[in-house]
Amino acid sequence: MLNLDPLGLVSLSILVFLALAGLAPVLASRQKTLLAVTFLGSTFASLIALSGGFLSVYQSSASAMIMPVGLPDLPFYLRLDPLSGFFATVVALLGFLVSVYSIGYVRSFMGVRSITPLAVFYNLFLAGMLLVLVADDAYSFMVSWELMAAASFFLVAFEDENAFARKAAFIYILIAHIGAIMILLSFGVMSGAASGFESFSSYTFSSMRANAASGHIAPAWAAVAFLLALFGFGAKAGIIPLHVWLPEAHPAAPSNVSALMSGVMLKTAVYGIIRVSFDLLGVTEWWWGGLVLIIGLVSALIGILFALLQVDLKRLLAYSSVENIGVILISLGLSMIFASFKMGALSALAMIAALYHILNHAVFKGLLFMGAGSILHGARERNMERMGGLIHKMPWTAPLFLVGCLSISSLPPFSGFASEWLAFQSFLLSPSLPSPLLNLLIPLGAAVLALTAALAARCFVKVFGVAFLGAWRGSANAHVHEAGFSMKAGMAGAAVLSLALGIFPAFVIGWMDSVPSMLVSGTVQAESPFGWLWITPVAPERASYSAPIVFLGILSFVALAYLLLHARKTAIRRGPIWDCGFEKLTNRMQYNSTSFAMPLRRIFGFLFSIKETSRAQGNPNASPMFQERYVYTLKLRDRFWYMIYKPASDLSFWASRKVGRLQHGRIQIYLLYSFITLIVLLMFS
Amino acid sequence: MKNMYPLLIEALQVLIVLAASPLLVGWVRALKCRAQGRRSAGVFQPYRDLRKLFMKDIVLAENASWVFRFTPYVVFGATLMAGAIIPIISVDLPLAATADIIALVALFAIARFFTALAGMDIGTAFGGMGSSREMMVASLAEPAMLMSVFTVSLVSHSTSLSFMAHTLLENAIMLRPSLAFALLAFALIAIAENGRIPVDNPSTHLELTMIHEAMILEYSGRHLALIEWASMMKLFLFSSLGISLFFPWGIAGASEPRMLPIAFVSLALKLALVGVAIVLIETRLAKMRIFRVPEFLGAAFILSTLGMLSFFMLE
Repeated sequence: MLNLDPLGLVSLSILVFLALAGLAPVLASRQKTLLAVTFLGSTFASLIALSGGFLSVYQSSASAMIMPVGLPDLPFYLRLDPLSGFFATVVALLGFLVSVYSIGYVRSFMGVRSITPLAVFYNLFLAGMLLVLVADDAYSFMVSWELMAAASFFLVAFEDENAFARKAAFIYILIAHIGAIMILLSFGVMSGAASGFESFSSYTFSSMRANAASGHIAPAWAAVAFLLALFGFGAKAGIIPLHVWLPEAHPAAPSNVSALMSGVMLKTAVYGIIRVSFDLLGVTEWWWGGLVLIIGLVSALIGILFALLQVDLKRLLAYSSVENIGVILISLGLSMIFASFKMGALSALAMIAALYHILNHAVFKGLLFMGAGSILHGARERNMERMGGLIHKMPWTAPLFLVGCLSISSLPPFSGFASEWLAFQSFLLSPSLPSPLLNLLIPLGAAVLALTAALAARCFVKVFGVAFLGAWRGSANAHVHEAGFSMKAGMAGAAVLSLALGIFPAFVIGWMDSVPSMLVSGTVQAESPFGWLWITPVAPERASYSAPIVFLGILSFVALAYLLLHARKTAIRRGPIWDCGFEKLTNRMQYNSTSFAMPLRRIFGFLFSIKETSRAQGNPNASPMFQERYVYTLKLRDRFWYMIYKPASDLSFWASRKVGRLQHGRIQIYLLYSFITLIVLLMFS
Repeated sequence: MKNMYPLLIEALQVLIVLAASPLLVGWVRALKCRAQGRRSAGVFQPYRDLRKLFMKDIVLAENASWVFRFTPYVVFGATLMAGAIIPIISVDLPLAATADIIALVALFAIARFFTALAGMDIGTAFGGMGSSREMMVASLAEPAMLMSVFTVSLVSHSTSLSFMAHTLLENAIMLRPSLAFALLAFALIAIAENGRIPVDNPSTHLELTMIHEAMILEYSGRHLALIEWASMMKLFLFSSLGISLFFPWGIAGASEPRMLPIAFVSLALKLALVGVAIVLIETRLAKMRIFRVPEFLGAAFILSTLGMLSFFMLE
């Protein structure tokens, strides 16, 4: 029987998710019931997991159990400590909001296609993510990891009549598996160093941890295990240059799934990096942190630059996820650097910044993907070049989406600012470190972080400005309509949470302080001398920030100005926009996504492969100034695709063609191969 | 009584920011007229302009949404909030503890974010052009600004504005290379952020060169007045921020009411000098092409990063 301790609660929710997945095929003939049961059920299961995760961080407790399933002598070890509890909270929180949203969103597939696969894999996906977090041995971890990957593969391929979705799913599963192999090897190295490669006895995380703590693992092997884990998990997290699957898979998946994939699935990879480097290996070398920091810097900067140039809303959000993973890794790298020099308090501060951003990003990116889903649902459009003026037709989605934009642009009082503030504080509190290379990296890191935040603001001004403001750029917009109640409720929940996480950071930090105290034995002083209104890492004279007061301050200044100016009645007259006497303005003449990003293409163009052509159509004898029609095309390519992936895929095709020569389809020849192999083996045995 | 003193200072400071910012702009304009051999309308002309705008009715474009109508209030509120946290005449500022220098930069960013959205709300090519250019300038100026003020906070071991000014007051005057880099970068950024020549020209409405003015082209009446007032406050605040970060001498320390008159006079003198500097720059230089601006701001960014580097390497 399950105990109702935190681990029990999370396990219970996993069982509910699995049961829902099993129930879905039974209800396949009654799609309406299926929709209600699946998503109400997953809402409920998410709440259970949320309470379990929250409690385990709050109580700072760890509980473990052994499940006698799987292979003989290899039971599943499960454990929930504050670190996995924190990530379980994040997964369950977004799982809850997205499940509410899905009740309305998935209804739009009704009558078009069967939602049974979506119902099955949606629940398996959530169960898989939670299982990854509670797994406490390499074997159950890999099984859960693959469950998560396979379920999300089928979700990406949900609309499988599109060649686009099939290709996206293929690239996704390919890169996921390259990552999984590296993760498996990393566990192999850690457990092999503990007990030799002959036995399986040390496949549990606790024996790996004990082994690293007692110094049984050679530094070189520890480094190998760390690098394998970093790149293995990095492939899932979408670090540059392993990010290419993200901008393909996120647009292809249904929007509720993209919200989950971007909001929380990427975070399970970050969980893996933290688990292996801080917990299982214990950070020993400063260059580990330096490497993570550099990867974070590159991902953040390149990610946001790519995002700025996109015209497809969901692709843009996918690239922005690459950026945010970069931002998280920047703080995490900093935390590793401090941990390797045994600076507990600073390491804890940087880790809190990373964890806070993980939580925030889950909420606001979930919100933005849900908003993109509402646009897709209401306007049937993903291309921003054909959107515009949605604020008039979607009066609820617009302000909620705006909250997401403000939050991701790290503007106070929304949540993104709180985590950015903490990240900057950990940079500024950094003392002179014993390595000159690091002393160079830290100012550079702060500079890139600042640049990224400013570019993110620019990117989301573009998104909101082009999609929601101005006037509709497409052909007809009579069909555009607002989302239904449950979709609005899901987005509103995320928006309120974004604001709350930004206004009450002291509570959140106080809650999550148990994670760094477990991993790096340091805490952040969340309880400042002034109480819950303030956050003051280290000391009030170093830095303090009071989100509630800033929020109230702005609010009261705004209210004061508004009231004073409305004391006297002034008329507001509506008039047509000023057209400079041209009189033939059309909606196509507005600035669009491409033109908004044009200055950027000029400044950072060297980073991309850009092909810009314009040609005139119509009378060839007319003057070039007075052509009837101009056709402008812009081709943007991800350089990494052509630098790394194209050669690799060409090579593997070439190799498989060569290997293919062995295959003739004649049974005698295959028998001959077996015979030769046997003889060779006998000769050497 | 002793507890009331910081609150009084706070109220006094907000009033100074509100009341004196048009005067600074008037001073700059009058001085510029003198320098260019024109007759000026006097230093009080900005007050008259504001009054005229507040009296007028509003003409709103047909498809303007609530974002457009909401923006002037947000811009005004965020800028005034920034005015409440920069120590101008005394370091004894209660609100300065609520928002540090990172929050200050973010407050200006909120104002800019909404102005850029308002520029795109109407759906004219002008508005979009202004927004796109403004965000281009901002996306380079904002990180440079952060890096420049970070250098000062590294020197003073604090990001709280009051403490930063206080530390510089306490310490002996010495020339630090990091601060020199930071000051230079800050000056370049202040020019760009306030849309002054050579980056932008606040008094032009020529389509090819507009940045800030293009975004707010459709505003009228009290909306325009609020935005204009906010941009006057922004110039005032950037000048006084530069003063309190790099030249705080003369500012009143904690609970020193007797220093206030001196603080007041020294602030006025320093601001007048800043005005002279602005006028010198604006009469000596021509406006840059828009695609030279990234180079200008890139230089500021590199200078500020150099400042931080030299702190870690040399000091």
